[in-house]
Amino acid sequence: MSLLSVHDLAVARGGLRTVEGVSFTLAPGQALILRGPNGIGKTTLLRTVAGLQPPVMGRIEMPDDAVAYAAHADGLKGALSVTENLVFWAEVFGGGDISAALAAMDLTALADRPAAALSAGQKRRLGLARLLVARRPLWVLDEPTVSLDAASVARFADTVRGHLAGGGAALIATHIDLGLEARVLDLTPFRARTDSTARPAGFNEAFA
Amino acid sequence: MIALLRRDLRLAVRAGGGFGLGVAFFLILCALVPFGVGPDTSALQPIAAGILWLGALLACLLSLDRIFALDHEDGSLDLLATSPLPLEGAVAVKALAHWITTGLPLIVAAPLFGILLHLPAAAIPALLMSLLLGTPALSMLGAFGAAVTVGLRRGGLLLSLLVLPLYIPTLIFGTEMIRRGQDGGDTMPPLLFLAGITAGTLAVIPFAAAAALRVNLR
Repeated sequence: MSLLSVHDLAVARGGLRTVEGVSFTLAPGQALILRGPNGIGKTTLLRTVAGLQPPVMGRIEMPDDAVAYAAHADGLKGALSVTENLVFWAEVFGGGDISAALAAMDLTALADRPAAALSAGQKRRLGLARLLVARRPLWVLDEPTVSLDAASVARFADTVRGHLAGGGAALIATHIDLGLEARVLDLTPFRARTDSTARPAGFNEAFA
Repeated sequence: MIALLRRDLRLAVRAGGGFGLGVAFFLILCALVPFGVGPDTSALQPIAAGILWLGALLACLLSLDRIFALDHEDGSLDLLATSPLPLEGAVAVKALAHWITTGLPLIVAAPLFGILLHLPAAAIPALLMSLLLGTPALSMLGAFGAAVTVGLRRGGLLLSLLVLPLYIPTLIFGTEMIRRGQDGGDTMPPLLFLAGITAGTLAVIPFAAAAALRVNLR
């Protein structure tokens, strides 16, 4: 039983294919690290898996409402406090207790601080705390450790380990070593050939 | 969805949220008109209905680009699109939040501004009714324009150009209703047209705007 299976996937950004022919599966308890040079299409691949854009080719199979997506932007409102931000996402995802998520990301002391007054690393921790309240089995993470200090990276790696131990799975694009027992998929060999067509079915030039 | 409505309302009343900006703009516009055309009742009364509705239109337009642009910038829109919340529902809720923070204060303040423009007391019920029925359509159509232009730099101007023509039917029947109220005519036909336009936008716009958002999120 796999949580996510990707078959012969090709993705495009701005009308240009980035990677093609990517296949992998993720079972509960597994993590997969995506690597590759800048611009290879890691973010595009993750957005496609998260359902934010359609694949050019190939299939993505997973249960409905399985993905919790975290990208470069944390989706925080500066005018709201840390607690208010997290409670909002907990309510949207029908998730539960935010105090455990705050504790896991070491944000308890900052709970009443407006999000605008947080440092970049603290914001990132709040963005990652959202994953814990979303209660989704598949984490799709795009460079989750940007602007985190070493202690926070270790803390985050522990959180991912806990998620995997609880039957979840994670698909992570990152350049640093998180110390996870995870397979690594280097996207470099899957770089799209320049002569292949980038147009998805029903592609409309006006929206490129 | 209630959580989203609560969040949007809370954001609107917090610092920098722009709550009250629309009413303040409406007030300035209605206060400036007598300076422009002269303070005589004979000059102001015939144009009062039109000025009030134009003011409502422009005040509504001021805050439209905030409906989705801010959520797009900070990544919330991506997260909402991957959440269990249907995007259509999110559009409807965000338009509702816009109406509560912009349309509703306008309706409350409109009788006062009517006095500034020498609108006769007999026309006040028609004014209130026309705004109550018409402004939800303004927020809905605006949400559609905001969804189409989300992610564009300087999308605000394009948004105005897209949305203002869509406001024309509401403007026509809104002012006609006040005018008939002023002259003691039958306000029912324009009222029904206004209600029909609003009901139509409420039914169609969430789907159209959600489709536009999905395209823009790619």
